[in-house]
Amino acid sequence: MSDLIGLTVAQLRDGFRAGEFSAREIADQFVAAVEAGRALNAFIVETPEHAIGAAEAADRERASGQVGALSGIPLGIKDLFCTQGYQTTAASHILEGFTPTYESTVTSRLFAAGAGMVGKLNMDQFAMGSSNETSAFGNVISPWRRKDGGNAPLAPGGSSGGSSAAIAARLVPAATGTDTGGSIRQPAAFTGVAGIKPTYGRCSRWGIVAFASSLDQAGPMARDVRDCALLLEVMSGFDPKDATSLDAPVPNWEASLSSNLAGKRVGIPKEYRVDGMPGEIEALWQQGIAWMKDAGAEIVDVSLPHTKYALPAYYIIAPAEASSNLARYDGVRYGQRDLPEGAGLQDMYAATRAAGFGAEVKRRIMIGTYVLSAGYYDAYYTQAQKVRALIARDFEQAWERCDVLLTPTAPSAAFALGEKQADPIAMYLNDVFTVPASLAGLPAMSVPAGLDGQGLPLGLQIIGKPLDEQAVLNAGLAIEERAGFAARPEKWW
Amino acid sequence: MSVDSATVRKIASLARIAVSDAEAEAMAPELSKILGLVEQLGEVDTSGVAPLAAVIPNHLRLRDDIVTDGDIRDRVLANAPQAEHGFFAVPKVIE
Repeated sequence: MSDLIGLTVAQLRDGFRAGEFSAREIADQFVAAVEAGRALNAFIVETPEHAIGAAEAADRERASGQVGALSGIPLGIKDLFCTQGYQTTAASHILEGFTPTYESTVTSRLFAAGAGMVGKLNMDQFAMGSSNETSAFGNVISPWRRKDGGNAPLAPGGSSGGSSAAIAARLVPAATGTDTGGSIRQPAAFTGVAGIKPTYGRCSRWGIVAFASSLDQAGPMARDVRDCALLLEVMSGFDPKDATSLDAPVPNWEASLSSNLAGKRVGIPKEYRVDGMPGEIEALWQQGIAWMKDAGAEIVDVSLPHTKYALPAYYIIAPAEASSNLARYDGVRYGQRDLPEGAGLQDMYAATRAAGFGAEVKRRIMIGTYVLSAGYYDAYYTQAQKVRALIARDFEQAWERCDVLLTPTAPSAAFALGEKQADPIAMYLNDVFTVPASLAGLPAMSVPAGLDGQGLPLGLQIIGKPLDEQAVLNAGLAIEERAGFAARPEKWW
Repeated sequence: MSVDSATVRKIASLARIAVSDAEAEAMAPELSKILGLVEQLGEVDTSGVAPLAAVIPNHLRLRDDIVTDGDIRDRVLANAPQAEHGFFAVPKVIE
């Protein structure tokens, strides 16, 4: 049997359709890879029966001449997506044992297209974190290691750290992620994989555990740009069950992929050159600019003057929305309950939430509660929403001069587990380049572009106009073709 | 703006999260640091700017007034820590 683990989603799909191998053979190889990869702690729950069931159905369908867009493809599903009959925890103790009686819209679409699920992927608790260290189910360990021989365990990024680690280690060909302030793009950059957050409203949020509703978006993570395009086509689409779902046609992104950027203008925002950024990141950015020119694009310098205020605005808006969204975890309807002896209802709420939420989740709920409380609401929350309007306006003005923006994805390569845990602000700064596009609801993706001096992956980010995922994917493809990123972590697990 | 441990206990009470005195002491400097970060926003001139809540223009839809769901009581209760007689059960509220 050939090694199917090395193939992309498009290669698996095409090979399955051509009869080169069966869906069952694909599923068996990835299920075995998941089992062999347990040292990475990328999965909270393994669901081989789901992947094998979908594969057997795909093989039957192929025999009858009908195949779905994703027939034969096993996926990892971030544990933020409700999956009917399979525990969904958002990596929090408070939801331990919660088994949804319904399926999220995004996973419904993927499974209806023929995909199977090999397991629920570990993540930062309630998607709050940039290193996967806030999970109640233990850290995910990146398959990558520095080449200094120290073997220090590295962060896979977050919050979609199980997704990024599983793809980089080839436990899955692709996975779902979600992105509130960079949770698809930053882990993709840290592990040398590709990931796209579409325009806000493209993917239904129905059945995804809510963090910050005005920012949350699902998206695919995979090994290359083509796979991101074909998965996003299946995940996107209007859903009446989500009030913010966009009623817009889903383009054929994969079929329209083109790395010829002639006539396109690529904007370089000067405010993304931050103090203390490593020279390697700056050099990679310059290399990216050269690749864009080589692909036929015109480079224009642009200014996004309110960039430095994006992170502070995000750390008001996201915790404010989280404090409201997470009020539902009260020990009454689902998840864990902590009822001290003789306690009343209010004590039960407080004890349940104290025992169920991790430290970072509590911290953000507290910040959110504070900025929304009487006397502070206008000074914090309303002011943050006004600054958000100015950040969105910066992008609108940039679009008068360019079609996409090119920036680094993250201000550094992957750091070691534990390195930034003591200082929440140092951790938050990881998202400095990804948060602005989130606040403006814009499509943005990270593609692997090179390695740093320690042999660790670095990513470049492309940000596009609303609904113009095609331009983002095309620019990503142009980088991918020129970067020729083929590095893989040496297998130690 | 820095918060003291009394303020932390008040916020925790509003958020329905039990904290010990020691936890409140530990959280006060952490929250103060984060508030210090977000207070930079005070220096932005936002006069005449409307607050932005919906980032991508969209319209609120009306749907037909028909039943689309329901009759799934047992599924709704399936994950409750304590369900009795077809209801969510909680500790007694009224003496």
